Amino acid sequence: MKNEGETTERPDNTAFTQQRLPAWQPILSAGIIIPGFLLIGLAFIGIGVGLFLTSQTIQVLEWDYTGIAKDSPCFSCTIPNTPNCTCEITFALSELFKGPIFFYYGLSNYYQNFRRYGVSKDYNQLTGDTQYFKSPQNFCFPFDFDSKKNPIVPCGAIANSMFNDTFELYQIINGTKKQVPLDGKGISWWTDYNLKYRNPVPVDGSFPKAFDGTVKPINWPKPAYELDLTDQNNNGFLNQDFLVWMRRSALPDFRKLYRRITEGDYSGGLPAGNYSLTVHYNYPVMSFDGKKKVVFSNVSWMGGKNDFLGIAYLVVGSLCVVMSVVMLIVYAKFKFSDDDV
Amino acid sequence: MSFFGLDCTRNREREVERKIRANDREYNSSFRYATNSIKTSKYNPFTFLPLNLFEQFQRIANAYFLFLLTLQVIPAISSLPWFTTVFPLVLVLTVTAAKDAIDDINRHRSDRQVNNRKVNVLINGKLISEKWMNVQVGDIIKLENNQFVTADLLLLSSSEPLHLIYIETAELDGETNLKVKQALTVTGDMGDNLEALAAFNGEVCCEPPNNRLDRFTGTLTFDTQKYSLDNERVLLRGCTLRNTDWCFGLVLFAGPETKLMQNCGKSTFKRTSIDRLMNVLVLFIFGLLALMCIILAVGNGIWEHQTGSKFNAFLPRKENIAFSAFLTFWSYIIILNTVVPISLYVSMEVIRLGNSYYINWDRNMYDARTDTPAEARTTTLNEELGQIKYIFSDKTGTLTQNIMTFNKCSINGKSYGDVIDHYSGQRVEITEELARVDFSFNRLADPKFLFYDHSLVEAVKLELPDVHAFFRLLALCHTVMAEEKKEGELVYQAQSPDEGALVTAARNFGFVFRSRSPETVTIEEMGIQRSYELLAILDFDNVRKRMSVIVRNPEGKLSLYCKGADTIIYERLHPSCNKLMKVTTEHLNEFAGEGLRTLVLAYKDLDEEYFSEWKQRHHESSVAMDEREEKLDKLYEEIEKDMMLIGATAIEDKLQDGVAQTIEQLAKAEIKIWVLTGDKQETAENIGYSCSLLREEMNDVFIVTSNSPEEVRQELRDARLKMCPDTEQDQFLIPEIILGNTPKVVQDENVNGDYGLVINGHSLAFALESNMELELLRTACMCKTVICCRVTPLQKAQVVELVKKYKKAVTLAIGDGANDVSMIKAAHIGVGISGQEGMQAVLSSDFSFAQFRFLQRLLLVHGRWSYLRMCKFLRYFFYKNFTFTFVHFWYAFFCGFSAQTVYDEGFITLYNLVYTALPVLGMSLFDQDVNDRWSLEIPQLYVPGQLSQYFSKRAFMMCALHSCYSSLVLFFVPYAATYDTARDDGRDGADYQSFALITQTCLTVTVCVQLGLDLSYWTVVNHLYVWGSLGMFFLLTFTMYTDGLFRLRPSSFAFVGTARNCLNQPNVWLTVALTALLCVLPVVAYRFFSSQIYPTINDKVRYKVCKMKEPAPRPRHTRLIRRSTRRSGYAFSHAQGYGDLVTSRRFLRRPALVSTGFTPTGRSPGFKPTGRSAGYSPVGREQNPKQKVEPTSLQMFRAVKDSSY
Repeated sequence: MKNEGETTERPDNTAFTQQRLPAWQPILSAGIIIPGFLLIGLAFIGIGVGLFLTSQTIQVLEWDYTGIAKDSPCFSCTIPNTPNCTCEITFALSELFKGPIFFYYGLSNYYQNFRRYGVSKDYNQLTGDTQYFKSPQNFCFPFDFDSKKNPIVPCGAIANSMFNDTFELYQIINGTKKQVPLDGKGISWWTDYNLKYRNPVPVDGSFPKAFDGTVKPINWPKPAYELDLTDQNNNGFLNQDFLVWMRRSALPDFRKLYRRITEGDYSGGLPAGNYSLTVHYNYPVMSFDGKKKVVFSNVSWMGGKNDFLGIAYLVVGSLCVVMSVVMLIVYAKFKFSDDDV
Repeated sequence: MSFFGLDCTRNREREVERKIRANDREYNSSFRYATNSIKTSKYNPFTFLPLNLFEQFQRIANAYFLFLLTLQVIPAISSLPWFTTVFPLVLVLTVTAAKDAIDDINRHRSDRQVNNRKVNVLINGKLISEKWMNVQVGDIIKLENNQFVTADLLLLSSSEPLHLIYIETAELDGETNLKVKQALTVTGDMGDNLEALAAFNGEVCCEPPNNRLDRFTGTLTFDTQKYSLDNERVLLRGCTLRNTDWCFGLVLFAGPETKLMQNCGKSTFKRTSIDRLMNVLVLFIFGLLALMCIILAVGNGIWEHQTGSKFNAFLPRKENIAFSAFLTFWSYIIILNTVVPISLYVSMEVIRLGNSYYINWDRNMYDARTDTPAEARTTTLNEELGQIKYIFSDKTGTLTQNIMTFNKCSINGKSYGDVIDHYSGQRVEITEELARVDFSFNRLADPKFLFYDHSLVEAVKLELPDVHAFFRLLALCHTVMAEEKKEGELVYQAQSPDEGALVTAARNFGFVFRSRSPETVTIEEMGIQRSYELLAILDFDNVRKRMSVIVRNPEGKLSLYCKGADTIIYERLHPSCNKLMKVTTEHLNEFAGEGLRTLVLAYKDLDEEYFSEWKQRHHESSVAMDEREEKLDKLYEEIEKDMMLIGATAIEDKLQDGVAQTIEQLAKAEIKIWVLTGDKQETAENIGYSCSLLREEMNDVFIVTSNSPEEVRQELRDARLKMCPDTEQDQFLIPEIILGNTPKVVQDENVNGDYGLVINGHSLAFALESNMELELLRTACMCKTVICCRVTPLQKAQVVELVKKYKKAVTLAIGDGANDVSMIKAAHIGVGISGQEGMQAVLSSDFSFAQFRFLQRLLLVHGRWSYLRMCKFLRYFFYKNFTFTFVHFWYAFFCGFSAQTVYDEGFITLYNLVYTALPVLGMSLFDQDVNDRWSLEIPQLYVPGQLSQYFSKRAFMMCALHSCYSSLVLFFVPYAATYDTARDDGRDGADYQSFALITQTCLTVTVCVQLGLDLSYWTVVNHLYVWGSLGMFFLLTFTMYTDGLFRLRPSSFAFVGTARNCLNQPNVWLTVALTALLCVLPVVAYRFFSSQIYPTINDKVRYKVCKMKEPAPRPRHTRLIRRSTRRSGYAFSHAQGYGDLVTSRRFLRRPALVSTGFTPTGRSPGFKPTGRSAGYSPVGREQNPKQKVEPTSLQMFRAVKDSSY
């Protein structure tokens, strides 16, 4: 029997057990919502204007050079089995194209985000681990071994399909072509170049030897260790173009950085004048209705040209302002009194 | 130690007949009967893992994820690496397994405890203390008082006369009264002679193990004689030996073969309505998943046909289009698996567990007097507490304390009992502080008796003849038994608590009933002992509604004393009492208006001659063979007339504290309360009035007490037509389609005005027949209050089942006794009142607490919060998962339906487990719309729960649509913002990895903001969880994208560097802000508009609370005052037949009575007029102390009578 007044089972009196924890209890009252919407609206409109104006200052030039139309300069290159085909695009700038200028190539209807395409690579190979050179992962199939069962390095569909058109840009000054220097360094992410990808350690001081017993990807004209013979730091898996290509795109229409125009006379941009772009047309896209283009663009603090954000901010901001007015009207009309309770 | 709710062990091969030879272990062991060790645990350390996993994978959700896992192993399909599924699955399995393991350890522990109990076993002529588990079939064991019966035994002998023993069977059948078993004489004669017992070699041949508790057949062969055995000779495991010093028994069935263990089926598993809704929704989600996957598979087919087949140059394909679509279907099943909520069930359990703890912890539901906190015995039903529509309540012990107090009286036209303030002349409310009447002048007074009106004791001391006559009547006219263990220490044993209260009142006012013999009643009148000759008891019955005694006082004067219902007595009064009648009637009305139970007292002086002649006729009638009852009735009628009115008594059937307020509160919350009681109609009605369930202002109270089905039907119809003249015969049933079967649902019918319905057990039996149940239900549901009286425990359950069957409503049953167990089990929620009669109700309940008034807190605060939290949780959970998943769906249209995920694999794994788990859990454990005081202040806040407004199919669809919108925003805003753009250094910013990171950042931020919007109660913990989760997202994202982890497993952490390159871009943050606001602002606007235009009660209260900025007022304690009524307050829970007993010689001559004594306890098996024990106490709290259960004298009497033939 328990003694009278004994309270051993009495629950503890804490704010937590008694559900009395101090708390902030915001409610969606008109006093907060209406000014809130107004403020957000105004802020958005402000940001939107800024974004939109910034986006307008960005200059973009782009040409489709797929060559589908008969009168397009690259039409001749679309005929299959035309080796080393080149074509030329000429254009005129009426004013200075401010630098630094970024030179992109673009592909359309190209499903780099297709799952089986995306997984078709072997990160272990790409980190320079020669163990995996001989036995590429299954994901790489059917680009893991060639027909003679030789392992392909780098294996997989992504590497195999690397974009291989090249471009040369000339300024035409008084009928003579002056080559515009294109900077191919630092076009890939710093992290890709310094962390993610690694070349295999040279064997006996020879870099190509590290690739012994492997073959180049089927579509490649030359093996990975010959991608840039002029600059060992741009060779193998650390080739900038390769890195750019391997960073696969999110959407089927995409651009990738090809070169930067930052050097010499053109560090301030492309002055007004006539230009000619020579395209070494290698990459076939016609079979899958793809399109290729080249894009020159400069950037701002918000990146490349994109009107969407600015417009979206403007629209949302305006809607918020409108909404706050509507809310005010509704509030004035329907405001319930607390006598109802 | 309860044996219930445990799982039984499996059956062995069929046994046809059981043969046992006493004291012959060798012989018995040849049959390989089960030993007495029981095993209710499911696992042992080795079997735990396989068995538990096997059980867990029988659950749909777990099996589904196992299936997903196997899909993920197939390379052609695997769109996600295996760990995205394994981590959540392992977590879920671990949590559940841990819970199962703890449960099983507890079962092991209780098994061990039971198996290791000690009992004396007769081995080789000596009593040896053995563990229970070592007891074998055929052993003879010795049980001692208050021991549990070890196994199913054949009773051999006992310490009591006639080889009787008393057992309590509460564990077995829930009845708390004692039962008697008797041994065969042939074995009983062995007594405790160990030699004889050891030499006993009787052979028992009996039925095989079965689960029939009330039947046993077998034979005992001993000394070539055959004796038949029946249930009377058998003690079942689970019983407790009471009031018997010792007994010997032969083990018939042991361990798992005992009837108890054979009987304990799996206890029914209650599920909440949200659970049931969830089942439907999960099916719907599966459907949705299949639909999405089919759409995407078809999309894949089309895409492959139009685009993919041409994309061959860079990605060769082997398979044909149809096969590709087929594979895509399965790949998307894997990717979109997050719509099926696997962690949902675990989270729900955690939330319910947390909310159960709040109930256990609540100091406002803690009863200091009995030191009992509230207890959530089932931790899976919490949110259902917020949806109760019907409460079925027991009366005695639940609404009332089963304590009768003599409260007021009217003597010769003067009312006593009220305390009047001398200055104001107003009535003073009776509280503990008021000066009590001092009864010290009376050495025999009961110290626990409280009375506050001093004028009555003054009147007694002044020797007013009427007052003396009044108390003399109370001291003489009753069937109470007195026992005086020590001089001056009187203990009354009353058959009804009312009588006990009246006799105790008389005792305290100086008319002490001291003892009775069959012919005399001895009382002490103001200190002078006087013995009255008891000539006749004109017993009480339900028709007569009165009882009388005829006594001769010591001076030789004959008198008849009568007490009974006002209506009955008034008809039999002498005309000279008319004036007094009028005054007394006023008093009676006043008493009735206060909900007191009244009796009218009258007397009559008898003429000696007339009486002896009457006595003669009475004797003739009482031995008449035919129409005895009628003849006696006539005689009684004859003598009980022209009586003189003395006055009236008013007894308070003490309500539990705060019952009236609680009922008022619950009524405001639109909860209907039905009282189901075994009590008589008058008593039940009376309580109905005193706790304001029935009110004078009600338009009508229908009373259905017919004895034929036709009449019952007619009465129910009439009642309905009166309430609502144009009730249509059809169209009250609305078909409700739930998973194929179509139960009918009875619509609520609106009635103008308040009505009450009182129906008794007889009529209820007819009304519950299948052809009339709808009639009953419709009528009952139109009434504000329903009181069913004189119902059996089974009927209680049937009423609950009826409402459950036809009403789409959640029911709650509350009760305290074993007779409430059936309804507690039948209702959606069963609540047991703890600390009262027995523990049966509590043991089978889902929630228990000590006071009825805690019910309002349980429902209006805990229930409402639990429901609100659960609904908020579900809505948000579905929202966040759907939003997460639907983004994949949109992305499919841009990635060639290739089952490419939008997000990083790590994010997919951690999204539900880490990034979004805690904030929503915090919300579901801490959220309150308004605090508890406001919840109680405004009970209307409870109504949305009853209508399931916070989570329903509609709410679910809204969630899905909301998710659909959010996912569109979450996909297309990042899409448009990154389309054809670049980073601020001109490098690639629209690559897959950046896009994934942007989208998942947008998603995480959006769902966090959405949670913040839903969260209305930001405690420190919530801040910690919300900000912590957001912080965790960025922390883990950066961690996972470090080169360290990449080096470890390049293929799993391929996102190396993405966070650094992406999250330093201003336009990424602008995108995140835009998506978050675009997702949330429409919701804010919608909520604002709806709260302005169609404010819910919740909106209003929150607005008010916010405006007042102060805590709600403490709940007011209004005293319900009822005045002037034309209702009889008669209610007397007395039983017929007791009078005969009191005058029975045999009964009073029992010597055993002296030794055992009369402690008022237990239930009398023979007379159950009230279905309730007579354990009255004038003011004391303690009733029926469980520890010392002793049979009442009545039970003893019965036992002797029954065994005499």
